[in-house]
Amino acid sequence: MNSIEVNNLTKKFGDFAAVDNVNFTVKQGEIFGFLGANGAGKSTTIRMLIGVLEPTSGDALVGGYSIMKQPEMVKKNIGYMSQKFSLYNDLTVAENIRFYAGVYGLDGKKYQERKKWVLKVANLENMENTLTSSLPGGIKQRLALGTAVIHEPKIVFLDEPTSGVDPVSRRNFWDLINDLSAGGTTVLVTTHYLDEAEFCNDIILINAGKLVAQGNSKELKTNYIKNPILEIETDKTVDSLEILEKEKWVGETSIFGNYIHVILNDDTITEKNIIQLLQEQNGIKVKRVERIVPTLEDVFIHLIEKDNKQNA
Amino acid sequence: MLNRIFAIAKKELKQLSRDTRMLFIIFFFPVVLLIIFGYAINFDVKHIKIAVYDQDKSDYTREYVNGLISSEYFDLITYVQDESEIKRLLDEKIVQVVVVFPNDLSRKLLSKQEVKVQYLIDGVDGTTASAIQNYVNAATYSYSIKLTKEYLAVTGKNLYVPIDLQPRFWFNPELQSTKFLIPGLMGMILIVTAVISISLSIVREKERGTIEQINVSPLSSFEFILGKTIPYIFISLINATIVLVAGYILFGLVIKGDLFLLLFGTLTFLFAALGLGIFISTVADSQQVAFQAANVTSLLPSFMLSGFIFPIETMPTAIQVLTNVTPAKFYVVILRAILLRGAGISAFWDQLIYLGIFGTVFITLAIIVDKRSKGKQ
Repeated sequence: MNSIEVNNLTKKFGDFAAVDNVNFTVKQGEIFGFLGANGAGKSTTIRMLIGVLEPTSGDALVGGYSIMKQPEMVKKNIGYMSQKFSLYNDLTVAENIRFYAGVYGLDGKKYQERKKWVLKVANLENMENTLTSSLPGGIKQRLALGTAVIHEPKIVFLDEPTSGVDPVSRRNFWDLINDLSAGGTTVLVTTHYLDEAEFCNDIILINAGKLVAQGNSKELKTNYIKNPILEIETDKTVDSLEILEKEKWVGETSIFGNYIHVILNDDTITEKNIIQLLQEQNGIKVKRVERIVPTLEDVFIHLIEKDNKQNA
Repeated sequence: MLNRIFAIAKKELKQLSRDTRMLFIIFFFPVVLLIIFGYAINFDVKHIKIAVYDQDKSDYTREYVNGLISSEYFDLITYVQDESEIKRLLDEKIVQVVVVFPNDLSRKLLSKQEVKVQYLIDGVDGTTASAIQNYVNAATYSYSIKLTKEYLAVTGKNLYVPIDLQPRFWFNPELQSTKFLIPGLMGMILIVTAVISISLSIVREKERGTIEQINVSPLSSFEFILGKTIPYIFISLINATIVLVAGYILFGLVIKGDLFLLLFGTLTFLFAALGLGIFISTVADSQQVAFQAANVTSLLPSFMLSGFIFPIETMPTAIQVLTNVTPAKFYVVILRAILLRGAGISAFWDQLIYLGIFGTVFITLAIIVDKRSKGKQ
């Protein structure tokens, strides 16, 4: 069953199409990764899907409700948490929970039960009366997610929920996302971190308002880059890169720390050709060359560069 | 729906209780204004400093001067010995008025000739100067009548005065300006606190991004705004009570009219004021801008144009039209009617309608601006 169905969704600001004819579906209970650079149209898409921004054309069904015709029903059935924690810093933990419970009409036993749950997931048991402003970032973020799903929505939208949070907190946060998903909640999450994208069941990549790729992480890695990729480590990274870029058989290059990733245009090129070029012709010491499975980062850089070239 | 509105109102009060800056503006500001306006700004002209240049030094002049300084309007500062001193006394503001009796005053009076007494009045402050002029006119007139009576009595006749003026001031018999000012002051305090507090409280949510979470929730704009305004309506009513109690304790202002009407008029006024505040919150994106806008649209007009201090009737027509920009103008009329005159609704129903229109116009504008900005985000 599909939780979200997006059909030809378009949003124009004047002549500029921030979101251009986007289609995708999200299955119930899955973690759906939504990737793209800043300004690619992620937030605009999400704002339309949560019923805050009206699309210029197209439509989407969120939890079975049309965002064009029933935005109010959409709002009742989703949870939303943005990169800016939407908690009131001048309220205590308990007061924040009380407020959002009130907004979603929870009371009595149900309220007590959900309050307990939020405190538990945020690790804030016995800290109810702490002012939210004094909580550390990671805890605040868990509390924000807890309050965002206090009404147990079937679908949750997380807009860059982990930006600016330390790795341990990020890990804990993803455990929480996994728990939600295991409980049957659909989670649509946007992120900059490609390691986080690996946790997603399905991923879409958006660039300049257009959908560029979709699939699970394995499909993305195999379907979008057919050419072999080599990882090269030398003692002169930048010089090596300049030499490699002059060769016809080199498609794209990118630097990952001390390593160079090269996408080859020519299947017949092997590790030996690289060593010959760098070490024997140019005297650069090649420490290591190996053929690798592309990372998501390789795939995305490849796709976005390709797309930008086409647009230009 | 009620639950959701209540949740917002409760949250708002909790936040307010921790916002010392805002609490200061809301509760301290009225008290300060009341004290400043009540005590410092006093339009009653009393204890005018007077100097006497008596070149005659007769019983007449002594009696005349006694007549002046026996009232609380004049305080005798000094006797002037020669003419050059007069200029110094007025220049250095040691006195506000100098009375000059000619040296032939008693001689002329005894020979039944007309006498001229000169008053030199400091005319820098026009209002005070004309008040002084009125006082000395009255004092001179009554002394003149007394002399006439004495003269006629000697000749065995009674003075016949055809028309005797007997003015009585209603509603504010002692013509105390504080009593006249308090209704205006109350209007000014309520509009400033209401407009500032509601606009800041909404814009703060925009600035901190919490409004986004509200937009995504099933809360409608109506519920959100209503939930936000309820606490400020109560706070404004508390403020109004503070002003009235302080007005009674400090200045002896007694509410002559109906308390229910007062409450009703105040609520109608708050509707207009909060409408203005809500409108400001839709056009301002930062608390700073909202604060400035709230100040400019509430404080200045309610001070200058509400008729609170400067009577609207004496303004040029163009300015009279401009006075309609502040709901305080209508509220001041209502308050003066209820507080000072004890008048019923027939005296100010039209003002209530103006306030209703004012509030409706601004809330409608706010809805239009809000809808437009939503399409652009």
